[in-house]
Amino acid sequence: MGVPRVALFLAAAIGLAVALAGAALAGVARAAEEVELKEHDWAHAGVFSSFDPAQLRRGFQVYTEVCAVCHSMQYLAFRNLMEIGFSEDEVKELAADYVVIDGPDNEGEMFERDARPSDYFPSPFPNENAARYANNGAFPLDLSLIIKAREDGLDYVYSLLTGFEEEPPEGFELPEDFELADGMYFNRYFPGHQIAMPQPLYDDFVEYEDGTVASIDQMSEDVTVFLDWIAEPKSDERKKIGLRVLIFLAVFSALMYAVKVHVWSKLH
Amino acid sequence: MGFANSQNKIIRWVEYRLPVLKWLDAQLIDYPTPKNLNYWWNFGSLAGVMLVVQIVTGIVLAMHYMPHGDYAFDSVEHIMRDVSWGWLLRYLHSNGGSMFFAVVYIHIFRGLYYGSYKAPREILWWFGLIILFLMMMTAFLGYVLPWGQMSFWAATVITSMFSAIPWVGDELVVWLWGGYSVDSPTLTRFYSLHYLFPFLIVGVVFVHLWALHVHGSNSPLGIDIKRPDQDKIPFHPYYTVKDLFGMMVMFFILAVFVFYLPNMLGEVINYEKANPLVTPPHIVPEWYFLPFYAILRAVPDKLGGVIAMGASISIFFVLPWLDVSKVRSAKFRPIYRQFFWIFLGDCIVLGIVGANPPEGTWLLMGRLATAYYFLHLLVIIPLIGKFEKPRPVPEGIGEPVLKDAGAPAKEG
Ligand code: HEC
Ligand code: HEM
Repeated sequence: MGVPRVALFLAAAIGLAVALAGAALAGVARAAEEVELKEHDWAHAGVFSSFDPAQLRRGFQVYTEVCAVCHSMQYLAFRNLMEIGFSEDEVKELAADYVVIDGPDNEGEMFERDARPSDYFPSPFPNENAARYANNGAFPLDLSLIIKAREDGLDYVYSLLTGFEEEPPEGFELPEDFELADGMYFNRYFPGHQIAMPQPLYDDFVEYEDGTVASIDQMSEDVTVFLDWIAEPKSDERKKIGLRVLIFLAVFSALMYAVKVHVWSKLH
Repeated sequence: MGFANSQNKIIRWVEYRLPVLKWLDAQLIDYPTPKNLNYWWNFGSLAGVMLVVQIVTGIVLAMHYMPHGDYAFDSVEHIMRDVSWGWLLRYLHSNGGSMFFAVVYIHIFRGLYYGSYKAPREILWWFGLIILFLMMMTAFLGYVLPWGQMSFWAATVITSMFSAIPWVGDELVVWLWGGYSVDSPTLTRFYSLHYLFPFLIVGVVFVHLWALHVHGSNSPLGIDIKRPDQDKIPFHPYYTVKDLFGMMVMFFILAVFVFYLPNMLGEVINYEKANPLVTPPHIVPEWYFLPFYAILRAVPDKLGGVIAMGASISIFFVLPWLDVSKVRSAKFRPIYRQFFWIFLGDCIVLGIVGANPPEGTWLLMGRLATAYYFLHLLVIIPLIGKFEKPRPVPEGIGEPVLKDAGAPAKEG
């Protein structure tokens, strides 16, 4: 039986090797097109770890004070902030700083009123055309799902926010026909290396209530973590419940295995 | 043993008029099963369990989902954020689809290895293939429902395939779409059909089981069992506990995905709302379609590609006649056994190719692997059947008649 087995394994090994080599080659080819992202250490992303409420608060602050000028966040309701440690009064107070359009009233007119906790965050622009008009024709997309909508979302957004440079650095490989268009900015990590978003963060752009030093890196990390939370507010709960479910299923599997062995042992 | 022996008056009353329990006893409790089935025989019941999981989670999702182009994406986010346990339902359903396919593919390759498609199980095999076909339709339709970028573009690419049909193709596509592009009417009809098809699957599953229970399960030895009293055991408790154990292991694996890697098998771009104006750089289907996608793109001609893809599954309907060997189990077929593994490898290569752009080396690999796929089914299998010398096959499961007949069949 020895020879055919060896032949089989050889065939399988060669097949696999060809496939893997092909995959690796294609990977190399693609990596050459794209720049490698910064690999940041995300403390909240582990199996057993969860979001840090203080960091989410800082991230929220960066979002409202900076990003919200251009980007909407349509799935964030004021009430959601209670899930990250804001008190009900805080949320009410915060909502009241915003104005939303409601109506029609009894006379059929739309009217403006202060936002309530049940309202969603108002968008900075009434529609996409207005947003494009104000941003050189580019659309500042909604940020609610950005972390889930990009490959390696956390590293990608963090790299993007910290990846602005005045001009392409020496030795940075650019496509041959690269030309920084009017109103575009160089960013190492954006596909094509030019983006219509001006660098949004500079050192000390915001003043953190908890005294954390607001460096570009710090703010970028904080807002990225906040974006991760809003992309899936239930992810902490999911991980926590998951652990219990896995333990239960492991124990139950072992139990069923024991029962199976016991039942079958009566057979001869 | 059995439900039907109950002395309860009401049960007796019903049983006298409609012997449901007697029927259940015969099918689930006493049903005589070969005693040497290995764990590869767990996957049929696992597929049944996954079908139930999909239907139950699907029905609850349907209570919160809105099949309209303007609301579908938002309603899925509403499920993820606001519906109690909505995230769990959705992740169970989306990863459950993958689990279902994984289980069914293993189930099919089990059949290929042990010759379960051969007489007298051809019709059983056909109904299995019909289930596979319906599952593929269902999963494709379901993938469109969240109305993300990949939903939209996958729907566009796949439905456009029909335009390759001569004469009526273009009109057929407009009819499928309910308009001149994939749009809200397409989504709404896909939803209707996505709800319908799983119940068709349930119906076909019953026929599949009916056919199975006529001649009983095949076994790792692939022999006709002549002494059922020695070689068969009642389904309950032996296989009920074994299936329950398998089910728990499957749920464990499913839970790892649902709770810790819920989006690993999906495409990130599907978290962006469908946008007819922006085509994603790589349009790829779910992993379970990749081998077929590779075959589709290996053929330079559009119609040819569609035909090749259709043939790649349809050929299996005539497999019982392509494989002329009378011996079922690969255990006793030294040559077939090796080609089985090569074929499996070929399918995996096709899957990897399907995930990559059809250029350069990938295209070449895809073409070679496609050619081999058909070569295996249409040429190699008939030739092996004709020329291979199978090893001696035992008479029964109990004690192998010949000592060198593979590993001696394990008892119990
Ligand atoms: C002055 C307006 C403006 C501000 C402020 C702004 N952005 Fe943007 N952003 C844009 C525009 C415009 C685009 C679209 C760029 C393009 O398509 O070239 C964009 C794109 C992006 C992208 C998308 C990249 C992709 O892959 O499509 C991300 C992520 C992003 N912004 C994050 C942020 C964050 C986080 C902040 C706050 C720290 C922020 N932006 C502040 C205007 C802005
Ligand atoms: C054969 C069984 C089934 C399979 C293989 C299947 C597969 C799928 C898949 C792959 C998706 C896309 C998931 C995603 O990416 O989000 C989906 C979505 C959906 N399915 Fe099913 N499904 C099945 C049965 C059902 C049934 C019986 C129902 C309803 C009664 C249902 C209702 C839905 C709904 C409402 C969605 C959209 C919500 C969402 O995307 O999460 N499914 N299905």
